Amino acid sequence: MNSIIQFASKLLRGQTAESSEVHKFHGGVHPEGHKQLSTSLPIAKLAIPQKLVLPLRQHVGYIPKVKVQVGDHVLKGQMLAEAEGTVSAAIHAPTSGTVTAISEAIIPHPSGLPDMCITLTPDGKDEWTTLRPTDWRNTNKKELVASLRASGIVGLGGATFPTHIKVRADGKSQVHTLILNAAECEPYITCDDMLMRERADEIVKGMEIVKFLLGAENCIVGIEDNKPEATAAMTEACKALPDTSVKVVPTLYPSGDARRLIHLVSGVEIPHDKRSTDVGIQVFNVATVLAIYRYFAFGEPSIDRIVTITGSVNSPQNFKVLFGTPLQTLIDAAGGVQSGTTHFIMGGPMMGFDLPTIDVPITKAANCIIAATPNLFAPPPPAMPCIRCARCADACPVNLQPQELYWFSKSDNFEKARDYNLFDCIECGCCTYVCPSNIPLVQYYRYAKSEIIAADKAKEAADLARERNEFRLARIEREKLERAQKHAERAASSKTETAKTESTKVDATKAEEVKAISATTESEKPASSTDDAKKAAIAAAIERAKALKAAAAQAGESQKKSDAATADTPDASGKSAQTEDEQAKAEQAKKDKQALIAAAIERAKAQKLAAAQAGIAPKNVEDASPAVKAEISEIDAIREKAKQAVKAQDSDSEA
Amino acid sequence: MNRSPYITDAPAVSIIMLKVLLALVPGIFAYVWIYGGGILVTIALATLTALISEAALLKLRQRPIRPYLSDLSAVVTAWLLALALPPLAPWWLVVVGTLFAIVIAKQLYGGLGYNPFNPAMVGYAVLLISFPIIMTKWPAPLILAQTPLGFMDQLHFIFSNTLPTDVKIDAVTSATPLDYLKTQLMLKHEVSGITQAPIFGVWGAKGGEFVTAAYLLGGLYLIQQRIISWHLPTAFLATLAAMSLVFYTVNPAHFANPLFHLMSGASMLCAFFIITDPISGPTTPRGKLYFAAGVAVLTYLIRVYGGYPDGVAFAVLLMNMCVPLIDAHTQPRVFGHTKN
Repeated sequence: MNSIIQFASKLLRGQTAESSEVHKFHGGVHPEGHKQLSTSLPIAKLAIPQKLVLPLRQHVGYIPKVKVQVGDHVLKGQMLAEAEGTVSAAIHAPTSGTVTAISEAIIPHPSGLPDMCITLTPDGKDEWTTLRPTDWRNTNKKELVASLRASGIVGLGGATFPTHIKVRADGKSQVHTLILNAAECEPYITCDDMLMRERADEIVKGMEIVKFLLGAENCIVGIEDNKPEATAAMTEACKALPDTSVKVVPTLYPSGDARRLIHLVSGVEIPHDKRSTDVGIQVFNVATVLAIYRYFAFGEPSIDRIVTITGSVNSPQNFKVLFGTPLQTLIDAAGGVQSGTTHFIMGGPMMGFDLPTIDVPITKAANCIIAATPNLFAPPPPAMPCIRCARCADACPVNLQPQELYWFSKSDNFEKARDYNLFDCIECGCCTYVCPSNIPLVQYYRYAKSEIIAADKAKEAADLARERNEFRLARIEREKLERAQKHAERAASSKTETAKTESTKVDATKAEEVKAISATTESEKPASSTDDAKKAAIAAAIERAKALKAAAAQAGESQKKSDAATADTPDASGKSAQTEDEQAKAEQAKKDKQALIAAAIERAKAQKLAAAQAGIAPKNVEDASPAVKAEISEIDAIREKAKQAVKAQDSDSEA
Repeated sequence: MNRSPYITDAPAVSIIMLKVLLALVPGIFAYVWIYGGGILVTIALATLTALISEAALLKLRQRPIRPYLSDLSAVVTAWLLALALPPLAPWWLVVVGTLFAIVIAKQLYGGLGYNPFNPAMVGYAVLLISFPIIMTKWPAPLILAQTPLGFMDQLHFIFSNTLPTDVKIDAVTSATPLDYLKTQLMLKHEVSGITQAPIFGVWGAKGGEFVTAAYLLGGLYLIQQRIISWHLPTAFLATLAAMSLVFYTVNPAHFANPLFHLMSGASMLCAFFIITDPISGPTTPRGKLYFAAGVAVLTYLIRVYGGYPDGVAFAVLLMNMCVPLIDAHTQPRVFGHTKN
């Protein structure tokens, strides 16, 4: 009876027995695939072009440090730029040749702005540098991870996040499941599909390596059901492996989004403020694991990728393209463009962007280039007002309320937009896809996000400025007081020398005056005795200085620690660097901040104590003693330094 | 520049509105069959008034006229108002109601997408308050009228308020069942006896129930076309049925049965065409349920205890006011968030 009910409920939910293990997510859309355009021909290798332009910025994170000079002759696979900082990736020579320029050039980025690129003129010999394959099964994991840092491999699904960061153990969370993202849900793109059809064995070998690196227990390959050939190839390749399954998920954009795919194949919903590794899951793109396999098995660094060239080209196809290859070379290989082609889109039609010009190189992020005509991608009709039909809410895979976010973003009501979880938006474009009023919703969200981020940064800067200003005002007041005191002393001494004959009345009035000045600058409460107050002030200053010093020392120490963590030590032992990660650093930064706060509290306490002793209010009483002053300024400098270090770490861990 | 997505698959606003109009056609057919062709005149008058006033206001507000007129939203408002009015309403009543709906309730609030209240219901409520006698004087269905009026007679009546010389006004009008039920109950009659009157049909009003059934048909088409979601009509009809069932069970002599409430008055028009106006309604799935249930409760209360025979217009307007509150408190759980 129960089974009948279960079967009925499955039928009601439109699930077949085959896909019963798939956990659906809310929303999603069914754009037409157009994938068969570029899958009729096998992957072809593109010839070495006349010139290769390698942008330094091909990944998420810091730009790498250039290791070559103009005029250097380099071999294929030789490192041209080295990863710098934690989140960074190296760049290698895709072929042998001469470095002919290190200069700015237009890179394939939505901004259309130029950036630093290394230009390589191939010598045609295609001569490999000495490659060092690794026997990964018999090598220390830490060594492997450190070695991966020099591979230049980044996420090839389009996110381009440096891979070596994803495989290192952070000591906190244990990854138990590796999910291979083979969904490729965007229309037109077929590079992963073709790769799986042709090189499933190598992909699975790469998957084994990543599984080993992560210490994962099982692997799940998630493929959309519009790729039967790839599914068959992957199933065949995985057949002999234990704890590995190929899961076919329904074709529904954006099932290739990592969080959506994790939910689809495992039913786990990653909390919005956590990473997948926090729940023991890590996701890799199929092309990325293949690159990892090539790196360990043959020593080949990341120098090429599969690119789909499709749309209005005469012969849409997938090509194996060296990084830095001019787009024009790829277009020529695909038989040139059809008439009416107006521009090129990099990525898919849902999340891609217009290339600023045809004169851009193929980079690590270039999974697909679509030649566009107004026929293929009609410019949207003018936007109409939102009629609150909530089709966008029905389509949103994150279950947001796009119509509300649009309303708040449009009216610059950013706080509200944040409250309605704007930052959970993955900018997949489903809302715009279904909008009857043709409102460019995603653009509104991008705008609101950037405004909020900018405002947050400005606020941070303003807070710092205010703090500095308060400090400055305190200093000015202190100096004023010091001057008044000096003046009083001088006046007193000159009086005793020269004006002995003068009446004591004048003396009294002058003393009164001095008193008044010091009273106003010091505090409202009358000081019982200037000497006492002075002593108390000195005591307070010393106390405070001590507290500051302690704090600074603490901060400095932790700073050193995290410095050590940040420092890149790719030595064989690999003890210090790789075990730390951003989260640990963030925690360190937090600790540093806490130390500063503790110092401030300490300082306040010292002041209070001194005030209690002297019986006066503790209001910016400072001593004139130059020794103490010097100490204070020194400590202030240390404090400032510590603060900056904390800030730098914050921004680092954000990155 | 990043202007993705490059592809869309959405019906234009005008297509959505066109389908709503299409869904109203069966109801209009039934209307003509039951009450005569006069309703077509009313619809034409309302449509014309709506388009002219919308164009004039757009011009005054310096907005492009063509795209906004061709979105057909003004026509939908006009048709809904026309169908809510008594079939032989004088021409000026139609014009005044439509003008109020388009000018005050829609354009002065900012036009399409910005009106917090359902324009057709605003127009209806204004007329009901201002001209209660005309608004509650419905013509008898042709099958019941002692002397059925021909189309030309109806046309003449709409524009000059005069009947053919040999016909008296009482001969063409009658109380609506909802109205009749209310007055008879006040006279301490029992429901079972009251519904024996000839104006009562099998389910609701004699004749009128066919119009209601045709609205249901059109509404199902809209759900099938995914123009409206199932939440609103289902919650409205279910709540109305549940509420009347409770009262009916407690005292069948004093309260009409659920079927009568579902098939009488503007129930079906309201369920599928009035509360489904997206602009003045809530957007969250749960909010839609609450909103529709609220309209149903208010409708029932006004019908049974209020001063007007049918309470749809006031119920909708009252619930329109609650929409921001409902939306704010029915936000669905976002992916990766826990329920708060």
